[in-house]
Parts: sequence; C-alpha cells; structure tokens
Amino acid sequence: MAEPVLEVRGLKKHFPVRHGLLGRGRTWVKAVDGVDFAIHPGETLGLIGESGCGKTTTSKLILLQETPTAGSIAFEGRDIAGLEGTELMAYRRAVQVVFQDPFSSLSPRMRVEDIIAEPLEIHADLSRAAIGKRVAEVLELVGLQPDVAPLFPHEFSGGQRQRIAIARALATNTRLIVLDEPVSALDVSVRAQIINQLEHLQRTLGVSYLFIGHDLATVAHISHRIAVMYLGRIVESADSDTLCARPMHPYTKALFAAALPSHPDDQQQERTIAGEVPSALRLPSGCRFHPRCPSAMPVCSEVEPTLQPRDGGGVVACHLYG
Amino acid sequence: MVSVLQVSDLQTHFFSFGGTRVVKAVDRVSFTLHEGETLGLVGESGSGKTTTCLSIVGLLPRAARIVGGSVVFEGEDLTRKSQRELRRIRGRRIAVILQDPMASLNPLFTIFRQVAEPAFFHQQLRGRSLRERVQHLLRAVRIPSPEWRMREYPHQMSGGMRQRIVGAIALAGGPSLVIADEPTTNLDVTIQAQYLDLLKDIQRETGVALIFVTHNLGIVAKMCDKVAVMYAGKLIERAPVRELFDDPKHPYTRALLGAVPKLGSKEPLYSIPGQPPNLANLPAGCSFHPRCPEAVPRCVSEEPGDFHLGDGSVARCWLVEGKNEAGAHRGRTRS
Amino acid sequence: MATIPANTRLASERAAAGRLRSVIKAVQEAPRAAIVILGGLVLVAIFADLIAPHDPTLPVHGANVFDPPFWMEGGRAMTLLGTDFQGRDILSRLIHGARVSLIVGLMGTLVAGSIGTAMGILSGYVGGWVDQVIMRVTDAWLALPAIVFAIFLAAMVGPSMWNIIVILGAVYWTRYARVIRGEVLTLREREFVKLAEIAGASKWRVIKRHILPNVMNTATVLASLTVGVVIIAEASLSFLGVGVPPPQPAWGLMLSEARSTLMAGQWWLTVFPGLCILLIVLATQLFGDWLRVRLDPQLRNL
Repeated sequence: MAEPVLEVRGLKKHFPVRHGLLGRGRTWVKAVDGVDFAIHPGETLGLIGESGCGKTTTSKLILLQETPTAGSIAFEGRDIAGLEGTELMAYRRAVQVVFQDPFSSLSPRMRVEDIIAEPLEIHADLSRAAIGKRVAEVLELVGLQPDVAPLFPHEFSGGQRQRIAIARALATNTRLIVLDEPVSALDVSVRAQIINQLEHLQRTLGVSYLFIGHDLATVAHISHRIAVMYLGRIVESADSDTLCARPMHPYTKALFAAALPSHPDDQQQERTIAGEVPSALRLPSGCRFHPRCPSAMPVCSEVEPTLQPRDGGGVVACHLYG
Repeated sequence: MVSVLQVSDLQTHFFSFGGTRVVKAVDRVSFTLHEGETLGLVGESGSGKTTTCLSIVGLLPRAARIVGGSVVFEGEDLTRKSQRELRRIRGRRIAVILQDPMASLNPLFTIFRQVAEPAFFHQQLRGRSLRERVQHLLRAVRIPSPEWRMREYPHQMSGGMRQRIVGAIALAGGPSLVIADEPTTNLDVTIQAQYLDLLKDIQRETGVALIFVTHNLGIVAKMCDKVAVMYAGKLIERAPVRELFDDPKHPYTRALLGAVPKLGSKEPLYSIPGQPPNLANLPAGCSFHPRCPEAVPRCVSEEPGDFHLGDGSVARCWLVEGKNEAGAHRGRTRS
Repeated sequence: MATIPANTRLASERAAAGRLRSVIKAVQEAPRAAIVILGGLVLVAIFADLIAPHDPTLPVHGANVFDPPFWMEGGRAMTLLGTDFQGRDILSRLIHGARVSLIVGLMGTLVAGSIGTAMGILSGYVGGWVDQVIMRVTDAWLALPAIVFAIFLAAMVGPSMWNIIVILGAVYWTRYARVIRGEVLTLREREFVKLAEIAGASKWRVIKRHILPNVMNTATVLASLTVGVVIIAEASLSFLGVGVPPPQPAWGLMLSEARSTLMAGQWWLTVFPGLCILLIVLATQLFGDWLRVRLDPQLRNL
C-alpha cells in the first residue's frame, strides 16, 4: 500500500475553560482526546459521530486552524506542526476544504472565476490566461459549463454552489479534501448529484477525501473506511463494508439502530439507546460510553478500553471484545 | 371512518408585483387523513409542502391566498373561517411543530410558562391543575425530573430536549391533528430516533393524526402510513407507504427513491438531472417533464390529471394512464 | 450511472438577459431628482466664474445695500436674489459658495471615510493590541463633541479650505471606525473568509479581496449620512467664524453674517443659503441610498 497521504497519531486538542467564582477554576474540554487514523491516496475515510464527538475539531486541526495539544499530523510523511513559509504554502496547496453551507462559503461579491482562481493566484505564478484556462478546466470537472465563470454566487442554486466550492478546492493540485458535511444542506436529489460527482472526481484524479458526516448511509456509501467517534475518541474503525455488515461497538450499533430504514418493513427491532451525549466537561470514568451502554459491565466504569483489532479487519475499543 | 382532515383541490397562489405575477405554490392538492394515521408530505425545497401546511392552519403570509379548494377539519371547512375562529382552533385542535426549536421557544420564559400556555388559554386550567397538567405533558415527552425542569429556560436544555418540549406544547391543547414540519432536521441521529419513537408512542396512545412534512424518505419509511409526494406545487403521487416504496408510479418518486443511499449498498445513486423549476416560470405540460427520463411528447404539451390505481395509489402522470387494474378513470378533479 | 452535468445554461442565459435588463432598470431607477440636483451643483461649482453674474466679493455697481429679490418691490433684475449688507449679489455668492460646500463636504467625507474604514478594518481583522489602541482612541475622540473639537482644531491651525477638510476628516472618522469594525468582526467568521485563510491567503489579500468589498456597502451608506453632517459642520464652522475664511463665500458664513437680518425683515439673506444647504444634504442622502442598492450585487437583481 502506498504511503498514506495523511497520518494522524495520538492527536489531542484540549480547550481550557475557566469557571467558578472569579474564573479561578480551570478545567479542560477534551474535544479530541487521542485519535489515530491514516488516509491513503485515492481513498475516502468517513468520520461519523454526533455533536461533541470531536469531528469538527479534528478537521480544524488538519486544516491548521487550531494547533494540537498533543500528537502529530503527518502529510505525506512530513509532520505539519510548525510548518512555515514555502512548506506551509505547499501544504495549503495540497489540502483544501469544502464546508456544509453552500450559501456562506462563497464570497458574495466575487465572481465565480475569481473565487476559483484565488488559490491559484496565491500559490502559483501563472499568467492570467493560464489561470483562466485552469478555471475552465476545473469547472468542467465538476460538471459546470465554463461560461458561468463571470457570474456571481447568488445566481446559482445550492447544489451548484457546492460544485463551485469543490472546483475551488481542486484548483491547485489538491491531494486531500476535507469535506465537512458537504451535502447535509442540500435537497435529496441534489445530494445524489454531488456524491456521484465526488466519487467520479476521486476515480479520475486520485484525490483523497476526509468525509465528515452524520448520516450513516451517505457516509457508508462514499467512504472506503469509516471511523466512528464518540466524545473525542475513535471507538471503532473498519472498512465500510465490514462495518456495515458487522458493527461491533455498542455505540456503532446504536448508530445503526437509529439509522432510518429504507423501506417500511425494515423497521429496526432494537430500541434506540436512551440519554444524550454527556457534556465534554464531565467525562464519564472508564469507557466514555458506559453510562448509555446496554451491555456495560463493571470493568467499563473503571478502565478505559483501547483500540484492539477486530474481526474482519479494523479496530474497536470495547471491553466486550478483549 | 370519519376523516380528521380532508383536503380537496387546494389551490394557494402567491401574488406579487401588484398582482401581475402569480406563483401557484399549491396547485390542486388533495388528501385525506384519519384518526391515528400519519401522512408523510414529501418534497424538496420549493415543492409547496410547507405552503400546504400553512394553508391548512391559515397562517399564510400576506402575499399568499387560498384561491380554491377546501380544507375540511373534523367536518368544518377551515378555508371559510375567519382568523378569529382559526385562532381558537390553532393550538387547541390543530398543533404545529416547526423545524427549529429555538425559534419556537421564547428564550425569556420558563418551560413551565410555555407549556402551560395552551392549557391556560384553551382549557382554562389554573393553579394546581395547571401545574399537574404541565408535569404530565413533560413526562409524556419523556423529560426527566419535570418538576424542576419546568422552572428552567430553553437555553439550559439540549436540542433534543427542546424539541420534545415543543412537542409537549403542541400536545398541551389536546389536538386531534399535529403538523410537524421537518422537526428532526437539526437533531443528532440517535436523538432523532428517540424523538420519532416518542411521537409514534404518543400517537398510539392518543390517536392523534399526524402530518409529517419532510424531504427524508427514511423518516417516511419509519413513521408514515400514507405518503403524498409534491413537486412544483403539485401532488404528483399519493399512496399507502408500502405501495409507494414497492411500486412507485411517478418517475419523480422513482428518481427520489433511487437517489437515497441505502445502508450497505454501494450502488451508484440515481441523480436527477437539472434543478427543481422556478415556480414563477413553470414549463408547459407536466412540470417534471424537462427532467424526466421517461417523458413522451404528450408530457410536453398537456398537463396530466390524477389517475387512480387499483392498489390505492394516485399519480399525476401520463405514463400511468391505462395501467390501472380497476379500470382507468380520469380523475380530473373538480375545481 | 454517470452524473449529468447540471444545467447551467439556464443560469447563464438568465443572467445575460438579466444584465442588460439591470442596466436599463438602473437608469430608470436612478434617483433623477438627486442626480439633477447634485449634477447641477457640481456644474455650478465648476463653472462658478462663468455663471455668476457678478463678483461675489465686491459690491455691485448700481445696486443698493439690502436690495430685495427681483420679484419683490424694490428689486432689480440685475441682482436676482437681492444684495446683502455690503451690496454684494446674493446669487453670485451662492454660486461660489457651492464650490466650498461641495468640496469641503465631499472631500471631508472622503478623508473621514478612508481613515475610518482603514482603522475599522485593521481593528476588526488584526485584533489584538492594535484593536485595543484604536478603540481607545476612538473612545476618547467620541467623548468630545465633534463641533467643539473641530472649532478647537480650526482655531489652532488657522483657517483655510484644506485645513478645514483635514480637520473635518479627522473629527468624523471615528464613527466609521466603530461601525466598520463591527462589520469586520462578523465577516471574519464567515466561511468564505476562513476558506481564504485556509487556502493560504495573506492577511493583506484577505482584507483586499474579501473584507473590503463586503464592507463597502456599509461604508457607502455611512458616507451618504456623513456628507450631510460634514456640510453642516462646515457651515457651522463658517457660522462661528472659524471656517473657510472670507472673502471666499460659504453658505454657512452667509448665514452667520446675516444673523441679525432675519428678524429685521431681509429674509433673503438667510433663507436662500439655508435652502441651498437643505438641497445638497437631501440630494446626497438620496444619491447615497440609491448607490448602496446599486452596489450590492444581491439587492441589485431583486
């Protein structure tokens, strides 16, 4: 297997929070608390979890919008911490992002051609003509006609704007795109268009994706591998097919149980788990999931499980499995 | 069985630019709902599903008007009622749950005050009986420790709890019909599942009729007994839920079902080309024809009527004509 | 199945037709009254020397002091709007005064706006101690009443047109800075700005291409409000004698010189300059409002 495009090891991000009288007390919100994963070229890793699981913070760390409290992020073998100057620019050129809201991710007063050209202008020293050519190329790649380049974002629908955002992310020779809920704000039929487009682009260009989402079916469809996060840690990770066929961690099973059926007769037998995700300020002892876990054992409240290899490949962190 | 709600040929138009521009937001929509039934009103943005609901409860914006059809609720035609009369019905016999709980809850009032309001006004409860009613309602929506929760404010609760409180407010008046407009869109997956299970349980206990407006077919599969699919303001297919999923009649319904990723399958998704049409500028003939993979010449020139089929489905499509087992009869609806 | 590309021809066709239509609509919707007034005043100001019937600083030969406007008894055709206490033609003085008001008003606003917008953007986007310093300065500035401050500065540096422009600019920039800073704080969190930062854009680039264009709207609205204020401020300074020095006529100065005559019955000495001030402020407000809508690509297409 080729060297991973992105490798994350022991990643932690703790936010300090002041509380108490006169703000003298100090605790930490452990938004990301020890995360490991790797993304290979041309592969999609799906990151799934509910509010407070740390997936957004993880993406911010990868995009260098935050600095890790501990752990490392390596891009094509090189640690990105403390990158500066040309090396930093090289990283920025190769790693881009597409956000959830198509209506606020495009600068309202810039024409589409300028929006897409921006990464090129920042990084490459190309002539206007060369930039124009690349913009047209990239627009075609995402399924838009090049003659829409001089228009403004508000003249497009949500789905088209996401395409423009994707085009922008691809303009420089991007190797990894972080997709943060890219289709959640779109209509059903448009979602399918964008997902197909993303898959097509991956096959043609070999770009990797970190796909962050909350809809299991969508994430499972587009991802090669899936990592399930809960309260700052990965609780299970495996190939998409393997995970869907045999989810092992009780939280993963809960997500599957909560997933909506695709046919009225497909009703889930198990009831969904009760309760809500606890506050990250007061993490449960031992296994973070144990207060809500239907299969909790005494050891679960004392010792935090670590990720161990699971049946069929992948890893799972649960005392039920050793 | 007496129906709780019977919408017949409802037409709601938006008027702008001094009446020169008319947008047919709801174009001859008909469906029936009985006690204890859940109807899924499905459509994408701009399909007219929210406008249909607003028309039912009489909360249309000033630029819109019901121009035809009737909405018969428990025997009374709501389109013929004044705002004063509708106000007595809204909140008491028909309740509405909206998408964003923070928008539905007033941040300045306690939970108690907000849940108590419908019971206070419509059922004239006071004092101790009012307090007990509020606690009963909060317990019904599974809010733990309602006695002290009700003294709290909305911002102190999580999204899931807030949405459940909105549900409690909706139920407070003792309605026979609840209209829920995408109530779970902003909720986490497991919270959504809890909420939907809760709604189902409440429906089983109280027999309330439910209209669930959504674009999510998964919710429809889980919650609904019958489905109405809207496109460009028209009800293009209406069917019992099983029939819809097993044998969708309208190409749009088929396309919609094909576009949803199914857990465990990596089959490429069917993507409908193009965009939903601009309601101010609808194509001639069938509104869906520019995007329809099965369009025939007739679709371009003539708008289809409703065709009733043997299995209980109704579809507005030329391709369906003649496929009926019980004998094709053209449901050209009365206007 | 392969994705069918989204049909964007509809969008671009609609937009092309839209652009021609929007130009026509723009011309139709332009506030004609405001443009006529402003345009007229600009022309008057430029060609003052040619248009004015008499020299504004010298008494008119053959006319008396306090001659009334020509339609009243005792008025002459030679001095259409009458003469002042020195016998100077009111109309000529008004025409020359337009120059002063326009230049000071517009330039003063430009100076205030440029400084204020720049400070606001720096303060909002760069943040940190830069923000703190700028904010404390604006706090101090705003604590002083603008006119008093202006008078103080004018008395210090001595009167001249350019001094006045700079002084007014220096006095009024703080309102800009505060408001623009607020806008920038919101803009900074918008996703498209974050995207530019993630793409590696330098701070300067982000300001130039993302922040500045999106605050122009607010800046223009503020400008249209400020022009009126600055013109009135100039008139006030002239009224108090620390504005543009005589014999250069300024509308405020004309008001000041004729203070006593309003009650004495020679109303034309004060009413006409007052009307001129009213007109120009009104015109700039209307124009600024239209400009704001025109500049916003979203509102434009509605």
